[in-house]
Amino acid sequence: MTTTPLTAAQAGLVLCETCDLLSRPASVAEPGYCPRCGAELVWRRHNAIQYTWALVIAAAICYIPANVLPVLSTTALGSTDADTIMGGVIFLYTSGSWPLALIVLIASVMVPLGKLVALTYLLITVQRRSITSNHERTQLYRMVEFIGRWSMLDVFVDTFTVALVQLQPLMSVEPGPGVVFFAAVVVLTMIAAESFDPRLIWDADAGKES
Amino acid sequence: METIACSECDLLQHLPELPPGGKARCSRCGYMVATRTADPIDRPLALTLTSLIVLIIANTASLMRLSAVGRHASTTIVGGAYDMWVQGQELTAVIVAFCAVIAPAGYLLFMLTVLLAVRRPPAPQWVGEMMRWAESMQPWSMMEVMLLGILVALIKIAELATVSAGIGMYAVGALVLLFPAIMISFDSDEIWQRVEWADKGAGPTP
Repeated sequence: MTTTPLTAAQAGLVLCETCDLLSRPASVAEPGYCPRCGAELVWRRHNAIQYTWALVIAAAICYIPANVLPVLSTTALGSTDADTIMGGVIFLYTSGSWPLALIVLIASVMVPLGKLVALTYLLITVQRRSITSNHERTQLYRMVEFIGRWSMLDVFVDTFTVALVQLQPLMSVEPGPGVVFFAAVVVLTMIAAESFDPRLIWDADAGKES
Repeated sequence: METIACSECDLLQHLPELPPGGKARCSRCGYMVATRTADPIDRPLALTLTSLIVLIIANTASLMRLSAVGRHASTTIVGGAYDMWVQGQELTAVIVAFCAVIAPAGYLLFMLTVLLAVRRPPAPQWVGEMMRWAESMQPWSMMEVMLLGILVALIKIAELATVSAGIGMYAVGALVLLFPAIMISFDSDEIWQRVEWADKGAGPTP
């Protein structure tokens, strides 16, 4: 594959984000609409940095109640136990299934936190117009996009535990107030990753060359 | 040779003619800029139809059964979301229902419409709109995450009572394999080439 060290934007061309058609827009200020699929053309996603920041901050705020508040409360023979996310991990560990404990620990604790850190790092480096480790940052972005959905694991675990363990009056499990915050963290970080524009990582580089 | 831009780093590059099954990566950032599949319409269509049938089974058959001291309980996917709603977690219920039922079903239905409509090109403009909807549903369809979630829940509950997997669970397992199969056999570029242009004056290839 031959390479011209030029981006589409530098050549005055814009790539449609919906159908991948490369076209020459009518004007630079207002690229208008894709001639093939009719989607709005943008040089870079609108306010990508602002939107991503807003969503990352919102997710970071939700991350606190998600971990502090209980996600499940179990009532058995009259006594009630409330479990947080970490409590669930510890329960799995002490009951002997450490591989599962590890999966839940990674999916529910490390991945959401890692996503927040990674997105913050990407935002700061893009805003500081960093030109180093572009490849690594692109890889990081892909990882955030790929792994994001797996944090929903705990929400599904809680949902099906609640749905199944309904043996009143012997034992019942109810969802705690932490679940909704946890689900919010996952949804917000997924939208944050979608609103970020990975082309911004490479733009600082192009700006320097030209 | 076709000039394309990488959708992840915006680099302009020439894309050589790819053989069926060929893939091309961006020469700068390594993003998969093009894939040509051997049978881009009929194979994903067959897989989509199969998935729709399996999805119906997954949503109607029971996922798992629990028995303890002579009492029994069972649940389905929708039943799980419904219980969350009843227990006062309405927003969580909506998110679960969306990721486990609405997004997968929406993805399959939009894909089915698109794949049927493009069999006789040029397909009308609304097919492109459907395609956009299918693509926006895709990241929210979380069958594989749900399957792992159900398995973890089963093992947790197994400490307290006897649990067994139902037919619904096997159906979910089949969907976990079918969804990536659709995505691999599908080539969105092939679809776009069969859809009528929005701007009728502009011909293909600028």
